[in-house]
Amino acid sequence: MRGKVWKYGDHIDTDVIIPARYLNSTDPKELASHCMTDIDESFAGEVKEGDIMVGGYNFGCGSSREHAPIAIQASGISCVIAASFARIFYRNSINIGFPILECPEASAAINAGDIVSVDTKTGVITDETTGESFQAKPFPEFIDNIIEKGGLLPYLKEKQSM
Amino acid sequence: MGMTMTQKILAAHAGLPEVHAGDLIEAGLDIVLGNDVTTPVAVGVFEKAGFTEVFDKDKIVIALDHYTPCKDIKSAELCVTAREFAKKHGITHLYDVGTVGIEHALLPEQGLVGPGDCIVGADSHTCTYGALGAFSTGVGSTDMAAAMASGLNWFRVPDAIKVELSGKLQPNVSGKDVILHLIGEIGVDGALYQSLEFTGEGVSELSMDDRFTISNMAIEAGGKNGIFPVDEKTMEYIKDRFEREPKVFEADEDAEYARVVKIDLSTLKPTVSMPHLPSNTKTAEEVAGLHIDQVVIGSCTNGRISDLRVAASILKDKKVADGVRCIIIPATQQIYLQCVEEGLVRDFVEAGCAVSAPTCGPCLGGHMGVMADGERAVATTNRNFVGRMGHTGSEVILASPAVAAASAIAGCIAVPEA
Repeated sequence: MRGKVWKYGDHIDTDVIIPARYLNSTDPKELASHCMTDIDESFAGEVKEGDIMVGGYNFGCGSSREHAPIAIQASGISCVIAASFARIFYRNSINIGFPILECPEASAAINAGDIVSVDTKTGVITDETTGESFQAKPFPEFIDNIIEKGGLLPYLKEKQSM
Repeated sequence: MGMTMTQKILAAHAGLPEVHAGDLIEAGLDIVLGNDVTTPVAVGVFEKAGFTEVFDKDKIVIALDHYTPCKDIKSAELCVTAREFAKKHGITHLYDVGTVGIEHALLPEQGLVGPGDCIVGADSHTCTYGALGAFSTGVGSTDMAAAMASGLNWFRVPDAIKVELSGKLQPNVSGKDVILHLIGEIGVDGALYQSLEFTGEGVSELSMDDRFTISNMAIEAGGKNGIFPVDEKTMEYIKDRFEREPKVFEADEDAEYARVVKIDLSTLKPTVSMPHLPSNTKTAEEVAGLHIDQVVIGSCTNGRISDLRVAASILKDKKVADGVRCIIIPATQQIYLQCVEEGLVRDFVEAGCAVSAPTCGPCLGGHMGVMADGERAVATTNRNFVGRMGHTGSEVILASPAVAAASAIAGCIAVPEA
């Protein structure tokens, strides 16, 4: 994965990722069109397929709405890197097969607009703009399997049919 | 090494003799919950994966509480999806307009959850049932779909923060002040991936409604769950409600905790959370006089009967200040009826409050009290993020029912008279 960085701060809550006034839809594309709008009006219109989102501590805190990682994923973002994730957002991302990486060092060092490449297998994050590299915690095998199958339900379905 | 109360419940539901913090386990679920926002997404995931049957139609609860009575066509369509799924699978516990209450007040009231249970809900405030000595946590829609299909969810076993409570609350200080104070102390990610386990002699001084409020906001400290020991008050509460056999778990004496936080309840003052984080706490006294436009008393945090009794005792024979809108939302139909029968609705209406049918409504900026740019509310709800109750230029100050009611009369943040 390789893309331009959209950088946000600490405690980015799911209400700003996708405000509740748009939760009357379950359509990923429609959700994506309102993604981040309350803190960044430019995001939904300018994000490009493959771009990378970088947040601070406690990214995705608040409501359990799965609409939040769905909206980010449908907007074209390929991966979220944060110093830490709120637990429900973390589960939801894994469960929908959306790669997220926890790496405080990368979160602190990477700047908005940098070009960053990510190897989700090894957890290596490279800021091509600055030349710096970072090592994120790799997922346990169980979680890797879920992401590889494209989410929890495909994983579960395959397990049940075995 | 001993286990925490949470670890013991998880071990029992995973069929393991013991579990350790960090273990990834699969646990059997006693109740799986969803609402009108999260269930439709879960239904889509469930059906797309090709599942055709639910694991147990009696263990799934669907409560259409967020945007109901429906605020617009799209939200009405979400309810149709949830309703049709419930009908197709013969879901026993579907709560719709007329029977529905705010889910986290409704499930305990209806006796659907109890001590020792392992519960997931596609709503972050599912942690509320920790007040009953259950392991209960919020998950997303895909987890809900997996749970409906298999009766199982995966968990990373959490370590815990022990919160030792001592002393007794002062008049007009309640569970809300306890949890806001704690979040102010440890921060909105202070308990990230962890359990909050409440212990100590102070627990027995807290009413069940206070405990529900405290467990409800464990998520606002980032917690996975917030759990109370089971005592006489718990057993009294579940009597004549909970039909299954309660299972009482206790933390081992040698359980390890990541951290211990001590709170002397007698020292707490009416506390508020200023915009835009629940951890941004002040005493009500410190910010008294700040102008407000709206007051909301209700929600899964503070819409229970004792909350409304406190609010009514302050509003009775008084008037809501000019220019302030005070919206009261009893959390369930049973609580609504109690408010009618006890004369609280009269007190509210005569004071100039609007009383609504049960709904999550304004708490998440859904309906029934959405705010314009520049407006400020005092609310007994649980989140004060940017844009939570409407326009991104509006502000929410979190408070107890006593502070909210006193502020409604004053037209500004006010400290309730003891």
